[in-house]
Amino acid sequence: MSERPLRADSRLERVLRSGRFAVTAELNAPDSADPEDVYRNALVLAEVCDAINATDGSGANCHMSSMGCCALLTRAGYEPVLQVSCRDRNRIAIQGDLLGAAAMGVKNVLCLTGDDVTVGDQPEAKRVFDLDSIQLLRTARIMCEQGVFLSGRRLTTPPRFFLGAAANPFVPPLEYRHLRLAKKVAAGADFIQTQYCFDIRIFREYMRRVRDLGLHRQVYILVGVGPLRSEKAAEFMRTRVPGVWIPDEIVERLRKTPKKRKREEGIRICVEIIEQVREIEGVHGIHVMAYRQEETVAEIIHRAGLFPRQARPGWQRPRRRDTSSPQLGRVK
Amino acid sequence: MSQMPEARRLPGSEWLKDHPRILEWIYLRSKAVLGRLYPWMRRLSPGWTERLFVRSEEWVKGYLFNCQMCGQCILHSTGMTCPMNCPKNLRNGPCGGVRADGHCEVIPEMPCVWVQAWERSSRMAHYGEEIRLIQPPVNRQLEHTSAWINMFEGIDARTPPGWVPVELEIETSGDP
Ligand code: SF4
Repeated sequence: MSERPLRADSRLERVLRSGRFAVTAELNAPDSADPEDVYRNALVLAEVCDAINATDGSGANCHMSSMGCCALLTRAGYEPVLQVSCRDRNRIAIQGDLLGAAAMGVKNVLCLTGDDVTVGDQPEAKRVFDLDSIQLLRTARIMCEQGVFLSGRRLTTPPRFFLGAAANPFVPPLEYRHLRLAKKVAAGADFIQTQYCFDIRIFREYMRRVRDLGLHRQVYILVGVGPLRSEKAAEFMRTRVPGVWIPDEIVERLRKTPKKRKREEGIRICVEIIEQVREIEGVHGIHVMAYRQEETVAEIIHRAGLFPRQARPGWQRPRRRDTSSPQLGRVK
Repeated sequence: MSQMPEARRLPGSEWLKDHPRILEWIYLRSKAVLGRLYPWMRRLSPGWTERLFVRSEEWVKGYLFNCQMCGQCILHSTGMTCPMNCPKNLRNGPCGGVRADGHCEVIPEMPCVWVQAWERSSRMAHYGEEIRLIQPPVNRQLEHTSAWINMFEGIDARTPPGWVPVELEIETSGDP
């Protein structure tokens, strides 16, 4: 993985390449036209993260677009991950957006299927899903590598992207999820951000299958984590947010905690999970999703001992010097 | 898109889909027979042939698979479970929203198309491995045309001109 030339020379890519344990976090796009609302949220994340994901209408709720957030973030020198979902735009709009994003300095793109319109606040909207997430990944990769649109028309200057995809190891069909990952890797994914991990047993099993296919050497895997505020929040997430699996033990643990210490307990659970996934071979980082509690992200990262960042356990510098990436030494 | 979750369970259809080998056999036979017949029929009357195929597909595949007439049939690559029944039209595997009981994020009473597809394709004799193919974007112009004719004419295999196909490079031995 480390001998390849750099895809996009993004900071996230350099951190992962250099063998450091990467940390990304999700920025909750504001319901506002004021750039300050984006910057305020970004500031607390940027200090402790390698890249900031700007969500694209997550949960099918309308917020400021990922494009808008990314434009603001790159302008201020932050490192964003543009999230592109297939729900709202067809292939023409998506390819145009990718060029626009690249022109604004976006270097990381996360290709998603997207939550369905029915779970959001405007369920009467038309769903698009012209491409699926794997076709979207492939399209982005083709634009970068072949320098063409899907139509075959040439791009004067092709974009350069470090491409990501999502994975959810925690929902059925569990025994085939690693094959879906294999498809995403073949289609062009460089990194993976997973759904919230609350069940370490399922995740270990998933990673075993992933390692059996050798995928952990072809793609960087960042595990999704996040704090739960209370058992009510947990209950809400596992019943109402699509694709979130929280085992009963965790909900029980929060229920038994006295009210004043629930928030603290939620953070502790999150830190414990980070410590456990760090030990798993093939895990390259974490992706923190703290919905409406950005301030806790820094605390979580500090308490997990991820600041300042160190090398991944078991990681060794590649023997052959990677001459294609001169910036390697300059990663902060 | 017509969402008829219950239509997928018309009498007998679910049983038949749970025996994908029978459907596989029917597919192979039909392909051989129709492939011979089609050139003659087209010579007689292309218009009527098209109509006949579209009508029969609407009826037969509609009954069995709740076919959405995408015109680019990949049933045999998806465990004889029509991927266009997925409300998100996913042709390369399940999204991350599948419920813990294996049902659809969008239609809670419907089993996820892809949970069924993976399971059924593991029991197929000839085409089981094809579920690993990376399916190209759908040609939406082929909607409501005959998938059989598109196959005989080679139209369904056409991808967007810029598309570069990829394959999964993994050992097929072992599970699943
Ligand atoms: S033609 Fe398309 S919509 Fe109809 S059964 Fe085949 S895949 Fe499904």
